[in-house]
Amino acid sequence: MNYLLAFLFGGLVCAAGQVVLDKSKLTQADLMVILVVVGSLLSALGLYKPLVDTFGAGASVPVSNFGHVLTQGVMEGYAKDGFFGVFAGGVTKAAAVLGAAILFGFTAGLLFRPKG
Amino acid sequence: MLRERESPQAKRYARLVEQEKPRVDVGGNVLKAFVVGGTICLIGEVIKTYLMSFGLSGEVAGVWTSIALVFLSALLTGLGIYDEIARFGGAGSAIPITGFSNSVVAPAMEFRSEGAILGLAARMFVIAGPVIVYGLVSATVFGLIRSVLF
Amino acid sequence: MNKTFTLKNVYVEETASVVGPTEGAGPLGDLYDVVIPDEIYGESSWEKAERKMLIESIGLCMNKAGYEPADFDMILAGDLSGQLISANFAARDLPIPFAGIYGACSTFTLTVGMGALLIEGGFMDRVIAGASSHHETAEKTFRFPTELGVQRKATATWTMSGAAAVILGRSGPVRVSEVTFGRVVDYGIKDANNLGAAMAPAAFDTLERHLKNLGKRPEDYDLIATGDLGSVGQIMLKHLMGDSSMGSGNLTDCGLLVYDTRQDAHAGASGCGASACVFSSHFFPLLKKGHIRRLLLLATGALFGLTTAQQKESIPSTSHAICFERVEES
Repeated sequence: MNYLLAFLFGGLVCAAGQVVLDKSKLTQADLMVILVVVGSLLSALGLYKPLVDTFGAGASVPVSNFGHVLTQGVMEGYAKDGFFGVFAGGVTKAAAVLGAAILFGFTAGLLFRPKG
Repeated sequence: MLRERESPQAKRYARLVEQEKPRVDVGGNVLKAFVVGGTICLIGEVIKTYLMSFGLSGEVAGVWTSIALVFLSALLTGLGIYDEIARFGGAGSAIPITGFSNSVVAPAMEFRSEGAILGLAARMFVIAGPVIVYGLVSATVFGLIRSVLF
Repeated sequence: MNKTFTLKNVYVEETASVVGPTEGAGPLGDLYDVVIPDEIYGESSWEKAERKMLIESIGLCMNKAGYEPADFDMILAGDLSGQLISANFAARDLPIPFAGIYGACSTFTLTVGMGALLIEGGFMDRVIAGASSHHETAEKTFRFPTELGVQRKATATWTMSGAAAVILGRSGPVRVSEVTFGRVVDYGIKDANNLGAAMAPAAFDTLERHLKNLGKRPEDYDLIATGDLGSVGQIMLKHLMGDSSMGSGNLTDCGLLVYDTRQDAHAGASGCGASACVFSSHFFPLLKKGHIRRLLLLATGALFGLTTAQQKESIPSTSHAICFERVEES
């Protein structure tokens, strides 16, 4: 059941994104930015966590989740350390993904040649 | 003096250009995006469930899942396969976190010919940078507004 | 003054073309001189591969005609890269005076036009005109890293990997009989994914002036070929021709001849290589054999840059016209 919900919701988000790509002048990069900002907004409104609880990876795999994680981090940071926590909080929470992206990106850049 | 590109002819021409654009099979593209995006999320769910079966908490398993997907996408990009998937899947391959990873690996590979420092490393975030910047900026703005005012 | 030059003493002596594997698999595949095995061509970067293709096309052309570098007065060549690095570095290998010429994808007819005038004017006897484009170097310069997952728009053309060179001299099987240089025309199109539509007005402008200056009609040419307007651009050109009193002619586009529909090129091939390689491999033999007698070639170029696109400017374009005519045996 989880699998079906993840598939359906993830597919839906991507389908909506495809409509935007095909019908507007927005690029893939624009779309990723819009999604991350939307994820952040929904997160601040307390609406993203229920999506993740219900649809699992369908909500946590799209890049909007990155916005959600960052926002939760900022809010948790503020709760713990006030304004100081704001600076560290977001990045700390998303650290694993950022670290992985840099490390794997760097390694792949060294190991692989583009094929065109 | 009216510039040629502001003339009525140019405006008429622009309208004609819009009319003559080839029809795009939006329905087909949307279906492909749905399937590809759904499948990538499904793979994520499978990985997460598998990790949780070892006793990891939902949150920790979620982070490992993200790392695994970033790795998989890096590998597929390196092998020259991810761009083929994207040609078919469109938003379905751009929106999941795998798209983010692809957008980091692709420039790293491409600009390596300009050196490991000024090429690979300097240009690695040319596509994904905005996602990090706007992600953090909106997280701070929305997160603070929520935390301070409510 | 708005001139069309009518020339009497300039000929195309020989041509040579070197293309990539995708182009080699297309409809003109057997006609190119060399088809390289892969896009990197044994080099350590895409840029070096493009340069190698251009040097080889020039060298091959010289060999086919039996000439040495000392037989040439000048090389005029260009490509799509910043600072014309492919043309510059190709010329580095040859002890011939060189000028890099930028016309974006209109470079081929621009270099032929300028070379032809230098010869007609009596200043030079033999000139090489060349142009190259390479898919990956163009993507890197103008669009995205090549392994990035991008879904191309239906109006987009595919920058082809191809280099070609022609020898212009005082005798040969094909004459360069007419030259009209293009003005820069901008109808306000901003969509870098629809360069065909951006360039069509420039092709129309040059064609109109060319015909008017000579008192000719499109039917006076066996074939009128644009460089790389692609399918969408060609439709737009036909509209512009139809809305005027010009009439229609036998219209084709080099970019549409490079790939077949199974190769998923969307709107067709583009790049400096399109007009250069299709002329060198296909039109030149057709002219020599007499299958066509008068060809009007209008290579088209979009004169924008990544910076102007990002600053949301429109795309000014140009098109230079050359009439190639078969030399009839008397």
